[in-house]
Amino acid sequence: MRPTGGHPAGSAPEDRPAPRDGADAPALVTLSGVNKHFGHLHVLRDVDLEVRRGEVVVVIGPSGSGKSTLCRVINRLEPVDSGTVAVDGVPVPAEGRALARLRADIGMVFQSFNLFAHRTVLDNVTLEPIKAKGMRRAEANELAMSLLDRVGVADQAHKLPAQLSGGQQQRVAIARALAMRPKVILFDEPTSALDPEMINEVLDVMVALARDGMTMVVVTHEMGFARRAADRVVFMDAGRIVEEAPPEEFFTAPRSERARDFLSKILTH
Amino acid sequence: MGVIFDNASTYVDGFVVTLRLTAYAGALALVLGVIVAGLRVAPLRSLRLFAAAWVEVLRNTPLTLVFFFMVLVAPQFGILLPLGFWTAVLCLGLYTSAFVAEAVRSGINGVGVGQAEAARSIGLTFGQTLREVVLPQAVRSTIPPLINVLIALTKNTSVAAGFATVELIGVGRRLSTANAGDPWVLVGVAAFYLVITIPAGLLASALERRVAFAR
Repeated sequence: MRPTGGHPAGSAPEDRPAPRDGADAPALVTLSGVNKHFGHLHVLRDVDLEVRRGEVVVVIGPSGSGKSTLCRVINRLEPVDSGTVAVDGVPVPAEGRALARLRADIGMVFQSFNLFAHRTVLDNVTLEPIKAKGMRRAEANELAMSLLDRVGVADQAHKLPAQLSGGQQQRVAIARALAMRPKVILFDEPTSALDPEMINEVLDVMVALARDGMTMVVVTHEMGFARRAADRVVFMDAGRIVEEAPPEEFFTAPRSERARDFLSKILTH
Repeated sequence: MGVIFDNASTYVDGFVVTLRLTAYAGALALVLGVIVAGLRVAPLRSLRLFAAAWVEVLRNTPLTLVFFFMVLVAPQFGILLPLGFWTAVLCLGLYTSAFVAEAVRSGINGVGVGQAEAARSIGLTFGQTLREVVLPQAVRSTIPPLINVLIALTKNTSVAAGFATVELIGVGRRLSTANAGDPWVLVGVAAFYLVITIPAGLLASALERRVAFAR
């Protein structure tokens, strides 16, 4: 079944083409009828979204459109008011050990890195394998070093996060997420807090991950990344999914007026 | 002044009791206080309410009343505590735990919310998040206020004198009676308190400087 936005604004939803690939792969992340309020603010309105295994979904939209919240309800950093969220066919449980176990399968990369400030880079990456999965330290260290090498910061392994540049910290955060051997990684504006010259070193790692078949949900303002790596672009506005399309189609021929307006504002310079 | 040296061993006996009261009650308060502070940030509302009630009741009750409650009221509910040292430790520990909990909680609140979110996002349980990520970072800013709590506790042990525990104040009272109100008796008592509280204060300033450097 095709995932559909709750109430697509503007154009008719019937004539949407199927996504580029993997259309028959099973859904890994399923949101259906999700609503979320912050006080009086209705931040997610009847959101339906499916992310298939191996798919890279990029979520874009103006600030305050609910993209970050969409990302955060998937691992229940934000509980939903109504609707259901399921990962790999299992409804995301309420607070408790079951939720912790489920989160251990979902990587997350934050805008502000959120590396554990009192632990070395290496200990940041080994914490989940050791504490959540019960891996032995030697094995965890080996895994962590290979992942730090993969993201290009192995030589920083014994420093504290504050001694690294923003780009290096974010790559460590990606290594920390990978150490969980996650089914999916959520990226919540991973480059928005970076100096311009560091954005590409992080995006390159993300593109490589996408090529390797990692399932990813990426909230970002980097349209270049969306074009290069996304299987599908999800455009949100005012808490709704307004439009979903493969990147080429979305960027060249957006169907909704709201998306055309948004793109005209960000792509002109 | 001679009265202090003439009764040195009596003073030391009282001082040791005060020191033991402070140490045991301090240890109890530290354990309870950290647990209560953890409960105050727990995901379950009922636990948060319990911890908040614990802090508010104990923090806003005069310490003497806590003693009276344990000695006079608790027996009516079938809890019979022997008068003396361990009852004093229990009362002081319970009372001080509220202040420890507040000091630790302010430390926890000083750790950025993103740290706990990252910990939860990698699948750590609530307890692991506190132990592995939040508390180790909260400790830095918690130690100076904790030492203030310890100093207050040292002085609060004097309340135990009213409940059949002969610590420094108890010694002072006996020596005062025996020496016809010689004012030097109480100067001696004060000096022994300073033996505990002044090093504690110095430790607090030293740690505060180290924390300032580490930031």
